[in-house]
Parts: sequence; structure tokens; C-alpha cells
Amino acid sequence: MRVAKDLVAASATPMVLGILAEGESYGYAILRRINELSGGELDWSEGLLYPLLHRLERLGYVESTWRAVAGERRRKYYRITAAGLAELAEQRRQWDTVVEALRKIWAGSGELRTLAIPAAVRP
Amino acid sequence: MTGQEGPERPDGRGGPEGLEAQFAQWRSYLRRRPELRKADVEELEDHLRSSVDQLLAVGLRPDEAFLVAVKRMGSLDDLSAEFAREHSERLWKQLVLTGGADGTGRDTRPRRDLVVMIACAVGAAVSVKVPALFGLSLAEDGTFYALNAALFALPWLAGLLAWRRRARARLIGVLVAWFALGAVVANAYPLAGDSQSVVLTTLHLPVALWFAVGLAYVADDWRSPRRHMDLIRFTGEWVVYFVLIGLGGGVLVALTYGTFGAIGIVPDDFIGQWLLPCGAVGAVVVAGWLVEAKQGVVENIAPVLTRLFTPLFTAVLLGFLAVLAWTTSGIDVEREALILFDLLLIVVLGLLLYSVSARDPLQPPGLFDRLQLALVASALVIDVLVLVEVAGRIAEYGTTPNKAAALGLNIVLLVNLAWSAWLLTGFLRIRRRHTPFPALERWQTRYLPVYAVWAGTVSLVLPPVFGFA
Repeated sequence: MRVAKDLVAASATPMVLGILAEGESYGYAILRRINELSGGELDWSEGLLYPLLHRLERLGYVESTWRAVAGERRRKYYRITAAGLAELAEQRRQWDTVVEALRKIWAGSGELRTLAIPAAVRP
Repeated sequence: MTGQEGPERPDGRGGPEGLEAQFAQWRSYLRRRPELRKADVEELEDHLRSSVDQLLAVGLRPDEAFLVAVKRMGSLDDLSAEFAREHSERLWKQLVLTGGADGTGRDTRPRRDLVVMIACAVGAAVSVKVPALFGLSLAEDGTFYALNAALFALPWLAGLLAWRRRARARLIGVLVAWFALGAVVANAYPLAGDSQSVVLTTLHLPVALWFAVGLAYVADDWRSPRRHMDLIRFTGEWVVYFVLIGLGGGVLVALTYGTFGAIGIVPDDFIGQWLLPCGAVGAVVVAGWLVEAKQGVVENIAPVLTRLFTPLFTAVLLGFLAVLAWTTSGIDVEREALILFDLLLIVVLGLLLYSVSARDPLQPPGLFDRLQLALVASALVIDVLVLVEVAGRIAEYGTTPNKAAALGLNIVLLVNLAWSAWLLTGFLRIRRRHTPFPALERWQTRYLPVYAVWAGTVSLVLPPVFGFA
């Protein structure tokens, strides 16, 4: 099972802000963390992550610093800001609403689901 | 892509140098994409390196690790498309005036360039006001200012270019001598304010001096035909920028006039004596510098205009010829006719020159080249008709400086266009022997000195020959 692209995109901002709320991080580590959290089910690409980080930076939700890693190599670290934390809280409130509603729907239609699936496909 | 011998290498893993070379190649590949800034490339490279490190840790060989990591990153087109969506402004190439946009600030040359350019522009503005200290006013000594107009601005532009090219002392000597000779022609010749020679020198001296600017422009490699073509491009873009700056200046003047007028002050003197002359000579330098700075950043505009107007001019000229044949009326060659047809040839030559300057020489002949041939051929036919008429008149009534200059210019342009048309027929395989396109390019660049010599002749030789009439 892979999560649909639209859903990945919609959840991208709270996901990144949430990970950065745990502590400052950099692109590669963020991507690995998402992979780890979703058991590899979330199909994140670099093309999604880095432009998103840049957008969050432009909006003032995160700030970045360059730090030397080894020799000439530099790494860009991102840290969440106060505005980012506020945005995260707001997003979380919205997501909670959505998840809550979905959960209620699915709890009510538990029997329907088994009915709708043809017998041959049923595990 | 790897350039490695494979597993038989002593370390058996492709080696870290091989890996570094691959990173370097990948980096340079990314740098070519306008959507990605230097910092983005660095960030993505760090990502790639982290990915490679992790793959090395699980036991892959360096070249394998690199391939897998690159593959995981996905297609670069998709990646840059995503970056472009977030940074759409990057696709609108912006002119970076002071450098340091990539956050490195290491490159101080653009800033130094800017300072020198401003110094040159201010120098030009000051030099145009210096004669006023000696009692020469713009209002009363118009002839003096008309003759010297180019001498206030072009030496500064040439100086800026020579400085940028780090011109050698000998070339600088040539430039100084060139401008000095121009100053002599403009001021030592006893040209009366109402003589024809004054007008001719006013028109031709700037052209002759522009070639001194051209020499400064090609100072780094003055013999190379490529640089001569660059000079043609530079000239076209300079004209475009100068006109644009002029339009902006017009708005500035109108607003200055209007706003000060609203509080009862009429800034005639300020605008006429200061803003216009200083702005005009300063704009000459600024336009030249802009062309230098924006090279490769903004699309060249002169070729775009050429593309737009070649079909239109061709249609008008062919229409004119058709009407001329239909009505069988001759061309009225009274008075300004020669100058008018000189202008026509200059426009046609310009259209030809700037499409040549922008054309990929290896492209096979196309519709546009045929259009161009039609344009040049119709201009030639019209011009020959005019020349025949004018030559008859000159034979009958004798010549004046105006007629001699106009006729000479006409012949200079006619020779160029006739041979260009001949080369074009060869390129379009209308003639049996095929001529490659670069022949046309070479012809145009080789012809450049002819204009310089002709403009020089008109301003240097013609006045004494006609007794400064």
C-alpha cells in the first residue's frame, strides 16, 4: 500500500514542522525520519522536501543555518520558529478534526465495509 | 559516466577519487539548471553524500552506492520542476548588479565594475558641463555641442571597456590618438554653423568614434572574427538599451516638469542645461555597461526585433516595387531622396546584420532566409533605380558635400548588400555552388572597417575637399 500523492502533499507541512518541533534537523535526516515513522509507506521525494523547506523558510516557520560537517562539506540545518510552532498547532487542530470525523464515520460503517467487498477478495 | 576500470583496481572499490569525480560531474550538471541556486546544489549534494555514506555503510562499492543514491533521488527534471514551482522568480532571469546573490560574497569584481562604471558616467556628465565654465552655453553654441557630442561620452565608454578588458598600453595609445584626432576634426576645422559640412561631421564623427569604442570592446582579441561579431551584437543591444533609458528619461523629464510646474517653478534651465545633457552622455556609458553586465542573462533584443520586422519590411518594399511598376511613375529624387534611401539601406542592413548575429550557422536554410533574400533584393532594386536618377542629376548640376556623402554611403551599403544577396543565393542553393552560412558572417565582420573608413573620410577629408562649404 502506498499513500496517494495528494494526501502526501497535504500532510507534508505538518509532518515536517512536527519533525522539526522534535529538534533541529537537515534534509536527509528529515526524509529518513519520515520513512521510519511511516514504515516506508510514505513516498516522499527530494523534489517535495527541499522546495517545501524553502517555502516554510520564506514564510518564517523555520530558519536555517549552514554548518561545516566534514572538510569542505557544509550542511543546512533547519530549526522551527515560534511562528512555525503556532502554525503546527493550527494544522494539528485541523488534522485532529479531520481524523476525528473520519474515525466516527468508519466506526459507524464497520459492517458496511465487509458487506461491500466481494467474498472472493475478503481475506 | 564512471570512467573507472572496475573491480581490478587495487582497492577493488572504485576508489574515493572516482567518487569525488562523480560528485563533481553531478554538481556541474545541476549548476546548469537556472532553477537551482548554488546553495540548493550544495544542499542536495549533502543529501546525496549522506545517502551514499549510508549505502557504503551497508557494504556497497562506491560506484554502486553513487548510482543507487542518484537513482533514489529521482529524475532531475522532476526535481527542478518542483524547485521552479517554489522559486518561479528564478526563471525570470534577473540582472544581478552587485553580485553576492548566492550568498558567498567572494566575487568582488561586479561591485568594482559598478564603481568604475559610475565613475565613468559621472566623468561623462562632468565633461559635458566643462565647456560651460569657458562660456560656451548649450543654448547659444549649439554647433560646438553638436560637433563634440560624441566626444563627451564615447571616450568614457571606451575607457570603461578598455579597463574591463585590461587593454595594453599600445591600444590605449591608439584610442587616445583616435579621440584626439576626432577632437581636432570637430574643433580645428573652420566649419560654419550653417554649412553642409557641419551636419555631415555631426552625423559621421560619432560613427567614426564608435569604432574606437569598438576597438576597446575587442581589445582582448582584436583580430578574432568572433569578437567582431560580438561587437555587432554589442552595438545592437547598446542601441536598444540607450533608447530604453531615453524613454525612461523622457518620463523623468515630464514628471519633473509637471511636479515643479505645480508649485509654480518652471525648471527649464535645470532640465535643458543639466538633466538632458548630463543624462544623455551618462546614459551612453550606462547602456554600454548594461549590455556587458547582462550578457547571457537577458535574451538579446535586437535579433527579436529583427525577426518581427523583417517580414513587415519585406512586404512594404515588395509592395512599393509592385506599385512603382504598376503606375510606371519614376521616383521623385528631389532633395532628401538620397538620404531617405540611405536610411532604407541602413535599416535593411541592420535587419540582415542582426539576424545573422543571432542565427545558428549550422542550421539548414529556411523560410526566414528566403524572406531575407527577398528583403535585400527588393531594397537593392529600389536603390539602383534611385542611384541612376541621382547620378544623372549630379552629372548635370555638379556635386555638393551632402550629395557626395550621401552617394558614397549609398555605394558603401550597396556593395555590402549586393554581395550579401549573392552569398544568400548560394546559401539557399539558388545558385549551383553552395556557400555555407559562415561565409555571410565572415563577409559582414570583414566589412566593418569599411564603415569606419567611410565615416572617417566624411568627417576628416570631405570638409577640406569642399572648402568647408
